[in-house]
Amino acid sequence: MPAKYHIDTKRIPPRFRPVGKLGIVDWREDCAGCHNCVKRGCVYGFFRDEADALREEVGYLDYVYQCKGCLNCVQNCTKGILSRVVNPEYRRLGDAYYTPDIVLSTWFQAETGGIPVSGAGYGGPFSGPAFDSMWTDMSEIVRPTRDGIHGREYINTSVDIGRKPSHVVLENGRPKETPPLIENPVPLIFDIIPERFQRGAVFAAVTQAASAMGVLAVARARDIPPASRVDPNVPPGISVGAEEPHGPAIARDVLVPFLADPKTDVEALCPGASIVMVADGEGVGAVRDSLKKANPDRLVAIRMSASPRSAQRALELTRQGAEVIHLVFDAHGREEAASKPRHARDVLRDVHGALVKAGIRDQVTVVASGGIALPEHMAKAIICGADLIAVDLPLVVALECRLCGGCERDETCPVCLEETDPGAAAQRIVNLIGAWRNQLLEMLGAMGIREVRRLRGETGRCMFFEDLERATFGKMFGKRKEEYGA
Amino acid sequence: MRAIAQKDPAVESPLADQRVSQADYASVSRRVRLAPPRYRNPIGKFSVHRDSNCIACGKCVEICPNEVHVRPAGYRLPLRPLDYRCIGPDCAKTDRYCVAVCPKGSLSVGVNPSFETLGDCRWTPDLLAGTWFMAETGRPAPAFLESETGDSGGGFDKLRFRFPDSAPKDLRREDISTRLLLNRRKNDPRAKVTIDVPWYGGGMSFGSTNLRALIAKARVAKAWNSFSCTGEGGYPDRFIPYADHMITQVATGLFGVREETIARARLVEFKYAQGAKPGLGGHLLGDKNTPDVAAMREAVVGTSLFSPFPFHSVYSIEDHKKHLDWIAHVNPGALLSAKVSTPNDVEMVAVGVYCAGAHIVHLDGSYGGTGAAPNVAKKNIAMPIEYAINGVHQFLVDEGVRDEITVIASGGIRTPWDVAKAIALGADGVVIGTAELVALDCIRCSRCESGRGCPRGIATTDPELLEMLTIEWSTQRLVNLYSAWREILVDILHRLGLDSVSALRGRTDLLMHLDYENGEE
Repeated sequence: MPAKYHIDTKRIPPRFRPVGKLGIVDWREDCAGCHNCVKRGCVYGFFRDEADALREEVGYLDYVYQCKGCLNCVQNCTKGILSRVVNPEYRRLGDAYYTPDIVLSTWFQAETGGIPVSGAGYGGPFSGPAFDSMWTDMSEIVRPTRDGIHGREYINTSVDIGRKPSHVVLENGRPKETPPLIENPVPLIFDIIPERFQRGAVFAAVTQAASAMGVLAVARARDIPPASRVDPNVPPGISVGAEEPHGPAIARDVLVPFLADPKTDVEALCPGASIVMVADGEGVGAVRDSLKKANPDRLVAIRMSASPRSAQRALELTRQGAEVIHLVFDAHGREEAASKPRHARDVLRDVHGALVKAGIRDQVTVVASGGIALPEHMAKAIICGADLIAVDLPLVVALECRLCGGCERDETCPVCLEETDPGAAAQRIVNLIGAWRNQLLEMLGAMGIREVRRLRGETGRCMFFEDLERATFGKMFGKRKEEYGA
Repeated sequence: MRAIAQKDPAVESPLADQRVSQADYASVSRRVRLAPPRYRNPIGKFSVHRDSNCIACGKCVEICPNEVHVRPAGYRLPLRPLDYRCIGPDCAKTDRYCVAVCPKGSLSVGVNPSFETLGDCRWTPDLLAGTWFMAETGRPAPAFLESETGDSGGGFDKLRFRFPDSAPKDLRREDISTRLLLNRRKNDPRAKVTIDVPWYGGGMSFGSTNLRALIAKARVAKAWNSFSCTGEGGYPDRFIPYADHMITQVATGLFGVREETIARARLVEFKYAQGAKPGLGGHLLGDKNTPDVAAMREAVVGTSLFSPFPFHSVYSIEDHKKHLDWIAHVNPGALLSAKVSTPNDVEMVAVGVYCAGAHIVHLDGSYGGTGAAPNVAKKNIAMPIEYAINGVHQFLVDEGVRDEITVIASGGIRTPWDVAKAIALGADGVVIGTAELVALDCIRCSRCESGRGCPRGIATTDPELLEMLTIEWSTQRLVNLYSAWREILVDILHRLGLDSVSALRGRTDLLMHLDYENGEE
């Protein structure tokens, strides 16, 4: 049996005490000082742990074991002096898109590599904007394998990056061309980490994590130190605490250099790089041709901001021979438009649909990035038509970033990103992606789909809010007061 | 986590709990009796504080109509205010406001900070408190609690009834029927089983949930001539006195399923999928797998138990028929139900279930409860029940078989209003689960899955935590809840001018949706 792809996770505790959601406050002046104090009876031993932690430094208090909000102490206290409150610091985490819940859940996954599980039902809103207005399908009886949970290892999450010709042209009995194709084991690559987060070992950690999992990582050429500066004897991959004289080791084997200047010496940056990225623009065809001429086996990805013209542009580029198109959305997954920007959900369906209609969908690989905050966003972006996604901010959140925006204002980082240990940081990123992949497997398994390549554009395996509304309430009640997504 | 010394499970086995005698089993009644909260400090919407200036004059005790201030006979001082009963600052508009009459100004009323941290969009703090009130008193929740809808922003929470200006004068509340016929098949020799309320209790397995809660569920089912369900954890002997009101569930793990448990059931349910974890199997944590649970499931103590997904013997509707035939062979009199989730093609599944010979198709929507499920599944997989109900109803109507099968909906039914809306959308009845647990003081902290399980003693098998519930109290809370729900349901039907719950089925013309132009503001 061939070896199965697997992401090894390992618990890596955070460097800073994470922000918990719930806490208990008390008004001590009313305390009766009774001998059956509810704090001693905490089912989770939380107060005892807290006291221990205050008395002596015993590491951080694991936020998962912080107050779980069961209310037993609040409701049993003799004098009723305890109240449960939501931690105000928790409310300040993230922003409207990267909600505190998302940040906390990302931390949990980065620490443990486990997938977030809870009891009771789903407590969130009925539906929401963007990806939250999609439900993925499930099958009552079809399963990729008949082995229940043990069949998950047979689900393939690999995707191919590159051009897939619709037919083979033979010349002298041999295929005339075999375009280069890169297999990425997860439908996800790492996108450029915004510059303000690239401090200390962050960049190195991201490349090391990518290398450990065999996924590609896009990086600006100017952020990559020339290969000649690096000790060739240091192998790429995770090396806990490895610090070279000139900085922590950067894994170059997975780097996708994004070239601002097409004349950049790729070999000097990433020897043997199998893919490079250039920005879309007027002369992009010529740039691509010159890069292909220099090395026909190297893929050239074209990076463009998503806009109302994306579908048209994707058609043009594909017809001109583009192999990979990377559509970049803003941090909240929106396109660049003067008014009413669409979300990636709709732009991707538009782009994918146009390419399918033109009969050239397989000739290009579509990568989508921006606004991918949760593992379900990966699955849903693929359902909408991307081949794979590129992830950026969650990688930094995995390193305990709170998305407070302090770095944009040149303030001190509350979690000292610059002091990150590259090995531990890389492992936290590996943990996060391992957990994401496992959640993707859950979704694929429920859908009865055995490989993620078949999920691309498979809108039949999901249900859109507006379709269900029209088919159900639209029939009963007629017109909606507000347009969908308004 | 700190290890807490546990009692010897062999000595303190929940099965050895004999506080309810066999004679008591037979005497479950529908009588509403006060079942006060089991915690010292119940959580209410408002908090009432009495400071040390109090001179114990007793004016507040005399004036409060809600018994927030209580002074037991023989006491000089009033008890600490039972502020969960307080209706809040609005009371100032009445002449019964304690703060106004206190001669020393020692009383104050404000919002309870803990209350605001309760619940979520679907189960708002008001809905939780409303359910607690109904479970305590057996009466509909007071007006200061929004106990009709949650705050999820769609589905049931946006649907409202169009009530006529006045109810018909000749319709009396006591003439309104809430009975539900479960066997609608014509020319079917099996019993025409009916239940007195259009809902029954959802499956919760022995292993996931406190046996005392499960027995209370069975007892309320008996009291109200309805059903409860074993879930897939086997059939403890203590359910046997309620066998006529207990559904035997056959799920993919086949834990504890035996011929005798099928033979004694009036209704057997196949669980193909569960709305809270559609397309995924069940998972009982090792910590919850105590000796009793392991014995019932014929498993090894302390190991995690997985129920695979899906049934390994079912590849098609024909295979499903094979399952039903198997049950019919063991128990020819049992009605058959198939519990399915809500995929894209749920209508086809429902018709298939009918064709295979089932009496009930049970649709479990994606917002239902569970002991443990990946958050990604709960949020994203399968459609909400509101869509599925009407789609299935219409499809079965179009196929001409609607009157031959009972459609049951579950997964997010929180209130009697939801029951009525589900029926108006096209279901015959519903299954409830979380609402029953909330009645037992669940606060939906979502920790059912962690270690020893529920810290509130409901979804746990931990010998120490099990002690937090008693069967008597739990039964009474559920009896009260059922009573309040039925009263509200009858009131809805009365206002709509309908004489039975079956007359409401599929009456979407009686509904409106706030997001649509036909809905009022």
